[in-house]
Amino acid sequence: MEKTWNNKAWFLVLPVLVLVAFSAVIPLMTVVNYSVQDTFGNNQFFWAGTEWFEELLGSSRFWQAMGRNLVFSAIILAIEVPLGILIALNMPKKGWGVPVCLVLMALPLLIPWNVVGTIWQVFGRSDIGLFGYYLNKLGFNYNYVQDPLDAWFTVIIMDVWHWTSLVVLLCYAGLVSIPDAFYQAAKIDGASRWAVFRYIQLPKMQRVLLIAVLLRFMDSFMIYTEPFVVTGGGPGNSTTFLSIDLVKMALGQFDLGPAAAMSLVYFLIILLLSWVFYTVMTNYDAER
Amino acid sequence: MASANERTNPTDTAVAAGSLRSGLSQEQLAQRMRKRGEESKFWWVIPTLYIIFLLLPIYWLVNMSFKTNTEIVSGLTLYPHEPTLRNYRIIFTDPSWYMGYVNSITYVVMNMVISVAVALPAAYAFSRYRFLGDKHLFFWLLTNRMAPPAVFALPFFQLYSAFGLIDTHIAVALAHCLFNVPLAVWILEGFMSGVPKEIDETAYIDGYSFPRFFFKIFMPLIASGIGVAAFFCFMFSWVELLLARTLTTTDAKPIAAVMTRTVSASGMDWGLLAAAGVLTLIPGAIVIWFVRNYIAKGFALGRV
Repeated sequence: MEKTWNNKAWFLVLPVLVLVAFSAVIPLMTVVNYSVQDTFGNNQFFWAGTEWFEELLGSSRFWQAMGRNLVFSAIILAIEVPLGILIALNMPKKGWGVPVCLVLMALPLLIPWNVVGTIWQVFGRSDIGLFGYYLNKLGFNYNYVQDPLDAWFTVIIMDVWHWTSLVVLLCYAGLVSIPDAFYQAAKIDGASRWAVFRYIQLPKMQRVLLIAVLLRFMDSFMIYTEPFVVTGGGPGNSTTFLSIDLVKMALGQFDLGPAAAMSLVYFLIILLLSWVFYTVMTNYDAER
Repeated sequence: MASANERTNPTDTAVAAGSLRSGLSQEQLAQRMRKRGEESKFWWVIPTLYIIFLLLPIYWLVNMSFKTNTEIVSGLTLYPHEPTLRNYRIIFTDPSWYMGYVNSITYVVMNMVISVAVALPAAYAFSRYRFLGDKHLFFWLLTNRMAPPAVFALPFFQLYSAFGLIDTHIAVALAHCLFNVPLAVWILEGFMSGVPKEIDETAYIDGYSFPRFFFKIFMPLIASGIGVAAFFCFMFSWVELLLARTLTTTDAKPIAAVMTRTVSASGMDWGLLAAAGVLTLIPGAIVIWFVRNYIAKGFALGRV
């Protein structure tokens, strides 16, 4: 759509600007402020320069949390995206099955995040949880409270349970937008199921898939509540992701300087990712 | 069942996302896909298995909520042998429990109203006009939707302390605006861009003023968009815990925080915890029916 140039539109944007400035810019300035100062309490602050940043970037604790975050996001994407495509391809296209599938699949997306954690905390317990009980019955020595590997397994399967539907719904939205004529043409040409997928369905899903991948990557990169409720970051530090570490530092120990420095680094990474997201989106819109 | 589903998936998914794996040649993949095509009357197997996988943990929670604690800890039973409403009775009679729900709904609704109200004019501006810095502004809004709440927990706590707003509903409502306002703007912009610009121009020529046009003509046209935006604000505010918990102590404590606290204090009252969890699922389960066709659009910030 052709848009007219009109700077008065700023008045329409002003309420949003004021509100978001209040809830984003001011807090962010506080963080910047803390990140370059040191305090011994009593609201007395001293200039610390880049001390906190140097300490942060040199600490193995930060890099380990970052590493865990990246591994987690990679595993999540490797499972959820193919699985989501597979399910979307097999979903009914019309009839009563459509609303039933949509509603049931969307259900986990609307559960408060800590309840998601609670559900899996209970579900995975070997004494009272269906999942943990039968895993142990089947001969697996599964205990997510003590074994780091089991803790990871639980957190991952929980995230798959929680968020795969997002990929499914996005892919499904892309798939239903393909006109029937495309499939008919493919049939006349004698195209295989694979060819239909590769040359008709996949290109049509490309855009929604990009959104799905970016959203899933970003949301899994800042995951906090669910693993916090299930494992509390443990056993040891094995499931301590960046967010968990950050909250522990900021609200648990009130280490303002290091926490603020970490917040800023974290935020810059997110900013970069958002920029990728935005560029991808606007390029796509421009091509249409 | 859930684990069986998980284990069979990697092979199937490798076929579906064949292009991601170069191990198999195009021809082999085509053959496999053709084989799958012939079996297409069994398409429902995959969605059904997936839905069972989704529903099992939820069933388990519901199941537990109707059990007594002795039954829960004494052994695994697949359905409540002595069904009881005790857990729900406690929640509905103890103010410290049911006020949690009231608090949650209060700040969620406040947040929804604020977010949609400020997002409407802004989305209109983004969808109709170009102005100085519009793209930067739009991008900046997106970064706030993507910002990790963990980064904002501490500064929010200090900011709202300074204003004396800690433990009030409005504090949480404003804090959640951080990600809900950008979301509402993006979703509404998506819907508004679908309305042809000629409608605006015709209305102006007919002598409508901007506010009258906006309320009388434009808002009814994008009513479904407003509904979807409101729903997603409701939802993201409802599921968030970190900020809500940080900004409240007693009077505005959300149900999610009440749950975590009571669990650690009372030595694991599993039945009560499950019942409280089940009750938090209900709002989502109810509204989901109305937005089922827009869920993808909402999650993708109106970009589908």
